Amino acid sequence: MTLRRFEDVEFGEELPPFEPDLTLPNVRKFARAAEMMAPRFTDHEGARKEGLPGALVPGVMSQAILVAMIHRWAENAEVEKIDTVFRAPVIADQAHRVSGVVTNLDAETRSAEIDLTVTNEAGETRVLGTARVKLA
Amino acid sequence: MEIEELKGRFLNKDFDEREFPVRAEAMVEFALAVGETAAHYTDSSHPEFRAVPTFSARFHGRRMLPEDFPRLGGIPLDAGKAVMPQAPIRAGVTLVGRSHLHEVYEKTGRSGRMIFLVARMEVRDPDNTLVSIVDSRMVIREKPPKEEPVAGAPQ
Repeated sequence: MTLRRFEDVEFGEELPPFEPDLTLPNVRKFARAAEMMAPRFTDHEGARKEGLPGALVPGVMSQAILVAMIHRWAENAEVEKIDTVFRAPVIADQAHRVSGVVTNLDAETRSAEIDLTVTNEAGETRVLGTARVKLA
Repeated sequence: MEIEELKGRFLNKDFDEREFPVRAEAMVEFALAVGETAAHYTDSSHPEFRAVPTFSARFHGRRMLPEDFPRLGGIPLDAGKAVMPQAPIRAGVTLVGRSHLHEVYEKTGRSGRMIFLVARMEVRDPDNTLVSIVDSRMVIREKPPKEEPVAGAPQ
């Protein structure tokens, strides 16, 4: 468990990246929990029938993975806002990397802004966003 | 239709209401699937057990836009989602999400006019405490060009 105080955070600090589990069985688990059991999220063939390149990772899963990365960096970080843009599809069973960098610090509110990205193996950004988190 | 007319007709008027029962099993499965490791998200017996901050992003109303909202010549595409948690979401309650059109604005470029719509869902618990605000952004391009990709992606 990593607890982090505002004073511990530096401008430009990179959060430890991690490779989320985007295997189709795990995406199905998420889809079941989120009540999003559509073929486009649960079955490559079903997604291709809809004209997609393969089963999609739901946008809200990508968003929650970005929050999980923040919590791995600072378990006590309280997310006040996260805003994400789903720029291009994230395909299940393909490796992706999530990363974050601290882009602003506000000592008065003890909050930090973090720029967030999900990139594929080709280095293409698929999801980007910003989070504002409050620290102790 | 002009933006000011759309604002006058549709802004800040609830157009949808829906109930969302919250189950502990779904909260745990959601948290584990996205890689959360903290016990207060993954262990339903933890005294501070709660849903992950973006859990409410999975809530969908029956409608994305008001029933009589004009088509504006294009299909709304997903342009992003923002979540602003307000209070912990606990297991075993039924939440209520009410949606209204929060913002309408336009951008005009070489390729024509794009209209951005922000549908806001306010999620409240049985005590009427606001637990989450979820903004869903949609974009409608009136004249999509052939050579440029359209903003947003299927999600």
